[in-house]
Amino acid sequence: MIQAIGRHAVSSVEAVGRVGHFLSDMLRALPDVRTWARPTIVQMRRVGVDSLPVALFIAAFTGVVLALQASYTFTGAVPLYFVGTLVGKTMMLELGPVLAGLALAGRVGASMAAELGTMKVTEQVDALETLAYDPQSYLVLPRVLAGTLMFPVIVAFAIATGIVTGWLTSLALLNLSTPDFIKGLKLFYQFKDIWFGLLKSASFGFTITLIGCIVGLSTRGGAEGVGRSTTHAVVYSAILILVLDAFWAVVLL
Amino acid sequence: MIEFQDLHKAFDGKQVLQGLSLAIRDAETVCIIGYSGTGKSVALKHIVGLLHPDAGDVIVDGQAVSTLDRDGLTELRQGIGYVFQFAALFDSLTVAENLALGLRRRGLGEEEIEERVREALALVDLSGTGEQMPAELSGGMRKRVGIARAIALRPRYILYDEPTTGLDPVTSAVIDRLMVRTREHLGVTGVVVTHDMRSAYTVGDRIAMLYEGRIRQVGSVEEIQGTEDPVVRQFIEGRAE
Repeated sequence: MIQAIGRHAVSSVEAVGRVGHFLSDMLRALPDVRTWARPTIVQMRRVGVDSLPVALFIAAFTGVVLALQASYTFTGAVPLYFVGTLVGKTMMLELGPVLAGLALAGRVGASMAAELGTMKVTEQVDALETLAYDPQSYLVLPRVLAGTLMFPVIVAFAIATGIVTGWLTSLALLNLSTPDFIKGLKLFYQFKDIWFGLLKSASFGFTITLIGCIVGLSTRGGAEGVGRSTTHAVVYSAILILVLDAFWAVVLL
Repeated sequence: MIEFQDLHKAFDGKQVLQGLSLAIRDAETVCIIGYSGTGKSVALKHIVGLLHPDAGDVIVDGQAVSTLDRDGLTELRQGIGYVFQFAALFDSLTVAENLALGLRRRGLGEEEIEERVREALALVDLSGTGEQMPAELSGGMRKRVGIARAIALRPRYILYDEPTTGLDPVTSAVIDRLMVRTREHLGVTGVVVTHDMRSAYTVGDRIAMLYEGRIRQVGSVEEIQGTEDPVVRQFIEGRAE
């Protein structure tokens, strides 16, 4: 029992060390702009444009449900225009970034782990090195930069979509007028609501892509190893999103 | 010149290389033969610094590979072409882009890159396949593209990792001819890791047998064919006992 705990502790410390080492390698690759600039554009398109439909789909239905649940909770006790407040605040502060983050952990994190894992086990990463490329510059930095820069953009669209569907639901099903919805939306609004959500989503984008790259590049053992890496990337990313979510709430709210 | 100096390497406690020493002279092709799992590919990866030795070193043009920093390794790798066992082509890039990637890293202009890609594909008899994706090619064609990718760099050294493994005899002969042609046309130094004796006899100036982590015997093709060492004899004759 004690041995097992000890082994677990040692492997946890080693994992932290590996992440630290990986991060320092990534920072060292930063000046190599000539290598990472072009692939970053490609990754920004893949992460941003290709992920947008999933994020918007989730946000649209979240907006509908939020409006209906708010009205259900408020009935009689709280003025109905608070539906706008709840939809706006919840989408901006919590559900926009977190739901998009969790969905993209599955889509982006898993696909990066699978792609890099396959490259690793088929010696494409070694081939890249023999062609005098640093995998950190050519593979990792473009993905992490794309994730960090594009996640806030995706989440901004997701927040807007959620609020719009919440507003449309209020109009169609709750008999709430547009001026009342907007009144509620503006009621406790602070500029911090926006940047807090976007900062969180940037940190989620950084984490998801970093985990996808670390797990992908440490893949061993063929197709089974790629499958294992993909699962690990999604699980670790999802856990870290929730931990980061709590961290930012404690630090910034 | 490439020189293995008392190279040791273990993985998860299993000793693979146990004092490998071998010198490869300029403009010759040396075939390293040996049983599967004896560390032939591991030895090759030490030459380009893909693996770090536990002890000993590989000296390339007077430089100890394990002491090079990232910039030093980058410079070293620019003079070496590496042909991987399963070609290791980048499957998201076309054949031409696969060849161009290494050239772009060397800072060549787009016109020269195009010219070199065309030349290299012609040398491996694959002209016209530049726009195809690796997944559309047969195993033999992929290996030839792998060789073309190495040739296009005009390296001083080419390292071949099991270039004929898994190919039919005719395609193997095509690859062998290609390796000979590469040496004759470009005058590069070659290291070929293989357990295909027909290939070793065709392309090797010298043959070295790796056994139990070190070189058991090294000599010309004739010397190896006439060897009296029972281990080497058994291997080259492919006898079960």
